[in-house]
Amino acid sequence: MIEARQLTKTFRDKKRGEIRAVDGVSFRCSPGQIYGLLGANGAGKTTTLRMLATLIEPTSGTGVVAGYDVVRDPEKVRCSVGFLSTATALYARLSALEMVQYFGRLYGLSEETLRRRIDEIFARLEMNEFRDRRCDRLSTGMKQKTSIARTLVHDPPVMIFDEPTSGLDVMTSRTIIAFIRECRERGKTVIFSTHVMSEAEKLCDNIGIIHGGRLLEEGTVADLRARHGPGDLEDIFVRVVDGLGGPAVAESGSAERRPAEYPS
Amino acid sequence: MSLRNIATVYRKEMIDSLRDRRTLISMVVIPVLLMPLMTIGIGAVSLRLLRRAQKEAPRVMILGGSDSPRVLRSLAGLPAMQFAPASADYAQQISNKELRAAVRIPDGFDNAIETGEPARVDILYYEGEIMSEIAAGRLESFFKDLRQRTVEERLTARNLSANLIRPFEVARENVAPAAKAGAAAFAGLIPYLVILLCLTGAMYPAMDLTAGEKERGTMETILTSPVSRTHLVLGKFLTVLTASIATAALAVASMGISARYARYLLGDVPPEAAAQFHMVIDPKAVAAVFAMVLPIAVLFSAVLLAISVFAKSYKEAQSYISPLMIVVILPAVASVLPGVELNTRLALIPILNTSLVSKEIVSGTYHWNYIALIFGSSCCYAALALFAAVKLFQREDVLFRS
Repeated sequence: MIEARQLTKTFRDKKRGEIRAVDGVSFRCSPGQIYGLLGANGAGKTTTLRMLATLIEPTSGTGVVAGYDVVRDPEKVRCSVGFLSTATALYARLSALEMVQYFGRLYGLSEETLRRRIDEIFARLEMNEFRDRRCDRLSTGMKQKTSIARTLVHDPPVMIFDEPTSGLDVMTSRTIIAFIRECRERGKTVIFSTHVMSEAEKLCDNIGIIHGGRLLEEGTVADLRARHGPGDLEDIFVRVVDGLGGPAVAESGSAERRPAEYPS
Repeated sequence: MSLRNIATVYRKEMIDSLRDRRTLISMVVIPVLLMPLMTIGIGAVSLRLLRRAQKEAPRVMILGGSDSPRVLRSLAGLPAMQFAPASADYAQQISNKELRAAVRIPDGFDNAIETGEPARVDILYYEGEIMSEIAAGRLESFFKDLRQRTVEERLTARNLSANLIRPFEVARENVAPAAKAGAAAFAGLIPYLVILLCLTGAMYPAMDLTAGEKERGTMETILTSPVSRTHLVLGKFLTVLTASIATAALAVASMGISARYARYLLGDVPPEAAAQFHMVIDPKAVAAVFAMVLPIAVLFSAVLLAISVFAKSYKEAQSYISPLMIVVILPAVASVLPGVELNTRLALIPILNTSLVSKEIVSGTYHWNYIALIFGSSCCYAALALFAAVKLFQREDVLFRS
């Protein structure tokens, strides 16, 4: 279970002053469900997910992940979460096996449990053929599988995916999408951010539209359609964001959205 | 649990670093190869220069003295000297190193010696140029001998004892053990090198484990794991410290071995140079120097980590760290300068204090008060730096600075 309660994050920027990257965002996602956070670049998706994964601390508000408070119990939250994004790279000089072992040990698994988990995951993801190969010598697909194995090694009840398919080719994206579905089938709580509408439409049980740091709209695709008229999710998204008085892609010009979130 | 996490991070970072070619080169290859090159290479070159200088018959010029055949004759009898014909551009020739030195004999010099008139001989040379110094030295000792003989002849002629102008003798005698006196020049260099290598050995892993991780995107990955940021930075710190100490230890071991065999490779060392080539150092002193340098290695590792965790990329970290090299080299060099002696104030200046006290230790002197003060103050600086590195690692605006 994931619950965001009035999550807010402000950054200070030398030129622009105080920036509210996330502004009072609240939502809830139950086990066996996929919650899709939909937004343009710079909308606040990554910051929201980073706060829920306790990579950064909320300025105000809080979140509850798998029963633990993100502000009070960040280490317990991290123990219950598998976090995957295109920014979470692999250690180039470690082998796929060493990479997964390292994280398993940090999650506090015993050597016995770790061996069992690795055998299980490596067999399921068909990774045994390259388990001893260094990560910098893996293909993109193999790297993604290794990253997935890394997020699964401690069998977390909650999975957070931050634009997991961005920059990946069709085949690798499909592997990820299939993996996200499988997580839901196994009863995990899944939260997933994207700016690819078709992905969200296919995958998500619930969708939250985030823009300018605020959660503007929330519900199933059918709910959203009922409230904002017919069309595909993209049409609905544009209508919701336009209702705010500005185009959704106002800030989406640069591909480097993350740097904008953390002013240097 | 916490120790286990630090150990897990440490083990992984060590494996990772040892697979990094840059770290490996700076930690193993450079110290192991550089030290023998320095001891044997520099030794061989300076020995060759010294031997050549001694073998060369310096070209000198005699200016004037045409009316003093006696002094000219005895000058001509000097062994291993070539005499160039007098010419007005002697200064130019000395500057061009075509001529090693010149001597100006005043008019009527022979006569002046006989009659007891005052006279003055000038020796012209190139200060600081070793060949010129040697030639000038020989000329000077020739004239000093001549003066001494003249004085003695005059005293004898007046039936006076030679003791009249030399009522007593003054002599210097070295009482320091031969090893101590001899090692001084070489010894001054060791602590300096150890300190410098502690820095260079720590540099690459420090940058790689922080700025490098940010650049490669693995920082975010590791932050998603439950390991606390304090444990993470401590594991990284221990890795950097290991690299730092290993670099210095390998360098000293390699230097010790090469110094041991240097004499076989260098051949006979002239006796006057023996002191500089006396490279036997007490292993106990080396161990003591290492103990003193330990807090400095901690200081370097922590400072380098703090600086490079702040940097966004490897390149940015490098541009911050390069100036740091100078900051470290300056006090270390200052300690090698003659006349810089330990005192309470200097004992509080990091790096310089350790360099100075280590120099004393290597030459066999243990000032326990200073040793305690310096070790204590270095530990304080090291603790402060480590604290700063840990604090910096908790700040999300630093970790996610991009």
